[in-house]
Amino acid sequence: MNWLLEPLQYAFMLRGLLAALLVGILCAIMGTYVVIRGMAFLGDAMAHAILPGVAIAYLLQGNLLLGALFAAVLIALGIGIFSKGGMVKEDTAIGILFAAALALGVAIISSIQTYAVDLSHILFGHILGVSTSDLWLTAGLGICVLLVVAFNFKQFMVISFDPVLAATLRLPAEFLRNLLLLLLAVTVVVSLQTVGVSLAVAMLVTPAAAAYLLTRRLFPMMVVSAVIGASSSLIGLYLSYYLNIVSGSAIVLTATGIFLVVFLFNPRQGILRRKIRS
Amino acid sequence: MEKTSPQISARLEIENISVGYNGTTVLQDVSFHIAHGARVAVVGPNGAGKSTLFKALVGLLPLRSGQIFIHEMALGHHLDCVAYVPQRSEVDWQFPVTVADVVMMGRFGKMNWLQAPSRVDRQVVLTSLQQMGIADLADRSIRDMSGGQQQRVFLARALAQQPHIFLMDEAFTGVDTTTQEATLQLLDHLREQNVTVLISTHDLTLAATRFDAILLLNRRVLAFGTPQEVLTPGNLRQAFGTHVLDMETGALLVDDCCPPDKDQDHGSSKDAE
Repeated sequence: MNWLLEPLQYAFMLRGLLAALLVGILCAIMGTYVVIRGMAFLGDAMAHAILPGVAIAYLLQGNLLLGALFAAVLIALGIGIFSKGGMVKEDTAIGILFAAALALGVAIISSIQTYAVDLSHILFGHILGVSTSDLWLTAGLGICVLLVVAFNFKQFMVISFDPVLAATLRLPAEFLRNLLLLLLAVTVVVSLQTVGVSLAVAMLVTPAAAAYLLTRRLFPMMVVSAVIGASSSLIGLYLSYYLNIVSGSAIVLTATGIFLVVFLFNPRQGILRRKIRS
Repeated sequence: MEKTSPQISARLEIENISVGYNGTTVLQDVSFHIAHGARVAVVGPNGAGKSTLFKALVGLLPLRSGQIFIHEMALGHHLDCVAYVPQRSEVDWQFPVTVADVVMMGRFGKMNWLQAPSRVDRQVVLTSLQQMGIADLADRSIRDMSGGQQQRVFLARALAQQPHIFLMDEAFTGVDTTTQEATLQLLDHLREQNVTVLISTHDLTLAATRFDAILLLNRRVLAFGTPQEVLTPGNLRQAFGTHVLDMETGALLVDDCCPPDKDQDHGSSKDAE
């Protein structure tokens, strides 16, 4: 038992663990929508696109999370404006904005003296640097996102599954889609601390993809996804402590490992299962 | 059979509507009235605007001009009493929902924003599933459904909406005989409930034998009345043009089956499997 408790005697480790669990659960639940709506590319783009917001907040010595949030909302709006009316295809608009924002972010950060260290923290997360106030902000934002999901569960399900029914039921589909984008932006921003910009998409997609293989209804998929996300955070953080590797990578690789196990062995359509049966 | 609440049958009035999208006008100056509880087949060649008409009726496409009245009220006040079964449902068949979940979505229009399904809702869902003969599939994932079963899931959902007006696109195209039979039984059930039914079809025999009235459509109304009144050689030639072959016996052959209509290709359609 000692090896389980040993890391937790450090306050920064405990804070890191709490942050990782919060982010793991939140990303996994929002990731369910990312997977079923096919928004993986958008999620990845959004994660990269918040870089300039973080950089500017860093330069101004403001709150990095708020800077990131601001950038994410701007990008979400920008994608909407570019792709409106079909002038530019949506994934093209995402590609343009995401690369531009990433370039801008790197340009700004490169002007900072200690940039190599700072850039790596932003790109790959800095979970052990999570402060108590970061933790509160993460928890607050996370609870807000989950409440909005709970209040709109039926409606999000209908607009994702059948837009025609959504229209005949007179649901405000456009508003709900934008709300979902906003929630995704907040989630990506929150995940910045644990896994960083470059790995955020894995936290969104991997647990939810594994959960999709294990369940056949939306709510159970969310629950299973959250459990996988939380386990990945927990196991990953311990691995990073004992193997002395970057925590973001350790968490993502753990999630990937869980996905592979599910992919190969799940009772519904696991590849190995099928092989054995035949 | 459970006793559903008595339905107020709809009087549907279409007044000079024009509908189109992307700059083209598909329906031009279309007018007709449908009496309470009538069963109407909408017939016309590909591209005639049958799907466009239905989409306008549920408010999916805006009216360029004209008006639609349901229960003598303008469209929008009564949208939730209209159920619409599209031809090729533009839904994601890999979505993590069960058959019962999909049918329950038909009840969402009767619930508040935050309300969870009640016992009544669950009962209606079960009855609708039984009606379509798929009650045993209720807990199965929709990923596992065949084409005909998918169609019946959507019919059950439309039934669960307890509509006053029932719209169905290409009801008898590309479905197995079980599903076709289930659809025809559904029509008889809807007649008992006094529900107004509009179905577009390419099957002129079914249209002539199973419907009270036929609306012959080709971008405008060519004829509207009983099958005998509408299905005349002159009318059909006017609607289908070169696709009509006159036989010496006096029979008329209409060669027009259904490659995807141009007016069904718009919108963000994810390809169904």
